[in-house]
Amino acid sequence: MTVFDIINLFGLQVKAGRDQLHQAITGGYASDLLSDVIAHSQKGNIWVTIQTHPNIVAVAAMKELAGIILTGGREPDKETVHKAQEEGIPLLVSPLFTFELVGQLYEKGISGMNPC
Amino acid sequence: MERTDNNILIHKTFHIEGGNFPNAGTISDQVKKTLKEAGFPNSIIRRIAIATFEAEMNVICYAKQGELSLFITPHSLKVVVDDEGHGILDINLAMSEGYSTADEKIRELGFGAGMGLPNIKKNTDEMILTSKFKQGTHLEFVVYLDRQETHLPFE
Amino acid sequence: MTLKEVKEILNAEVISGDHDLNKEIKCAFAAELLSDVLALAQEGALLITGFTHSQVVYAADAANLCAILFVRSRWPNEATQQLAIQKKIPLLSTSYMMFETCGILYEYGLKTCALKVEDGKD
Repeated sequence: MTVFDIINLFGLQVKAGRDQLHQAITGGYASDLLSDVIAHSQKGNIWVTIQTHPNIVAVAAMKELAGIILTGGREPDKETVHKAQEEGIPLLVSPLFTFELVGQLYEKGISGMNPC
Repeated sequence: MERTDNNILIHKTFHIEGGNFPNAGTISDQVKKTLKEAGFPNSIIRRIAIATFEAEMNVICYAKQGELSLFITPHSLKVVVDDEGHGILDINLAMSEGYSTADEKIRELGFGAGMGLPNIKKNTDEMILTSKFKQGTHLEFVVYLDRQETHLPFE
Repeated sequence: MTLKEVKEILNAEVISGDHDLNKEIKCAFAAELLSDVLALAQEGALLITGFTHSQVVYAADAANLCAILFVRSRWPNEATQQLAIQKKIPLLSTSYMMFETCGILYEYGLKTCALKVEDGKD
């Protein structure tokens, strides 16, 4: 499954990174603690969070994540959108809360089984 | 405030130390305990406890120190918070959901998502916020008791 | 769904609140920002989080949440455990990551907290 596929499946809004949507998703990672994402996420993960500040893009770029989904309809900071555009990180928004969105992603076969 | 209510039944004041993150939640806890002991219904306690938690977090995150007072009158629960700190430059902006000036340290601790002030407003009947930039912030919020349908301890 | 079912489904360990496992969970809320928990989690919700500081117990208590489930084997310190016992908020810990935890519980039918509920003010 690619980032493009989940955008269509879940009606996600695309805020940045439109030219990077072909990336395959290796799994999912849900967390609002950046240090945790840095420590445990895997390359190609789609990251689900409510954090909106620019540092999320730096983390996603460093860990080579497939993209970021902001939940609860949270709007990213302007600076975050700008940075995501620059870094080519897909930045997406869902109106659903983290629990529900992750539940639906999981149902479609995206796993969060990263080694602890 | 909509009505002056001079008949104060309980008045408690708590000191909040700016930057003391490990202590966050303890003032809200004290307020909750006081209201529980006074016999208020859970639905009212929840509203005040959540609003107080947010107010307490604001002092810890953004001020040097502050004082939070709880006033219980026959008709209302009122909380007044005064802090010494850098104040708020643009109150309208601070009131919008998602707006935050929190730095990364604050955010990593789970605070500063920019939901605090709107959440205080959401949980209370009235809220007043004034601030002098680089001096401090004055916040007060009220839950009126006679608007509740549940049975109150003073009835 | 009860806490006991959550424990079994996720192979979770009960840190405290053993005798409260028959508590019925109204809905689930997954987050690590306390302000979001205070603003959006509904009364009676199960909080799924990786945040183990004592503030999370105070927030759960202020918002009348049902219990806290820590993910990726996170374990709170002794003081936080004592606080949770005092507040009668059961604490559980699972080795699953937050993503997997939400996915599995959702699959078993646990519902999300409703969006934008003005609870307590109706």
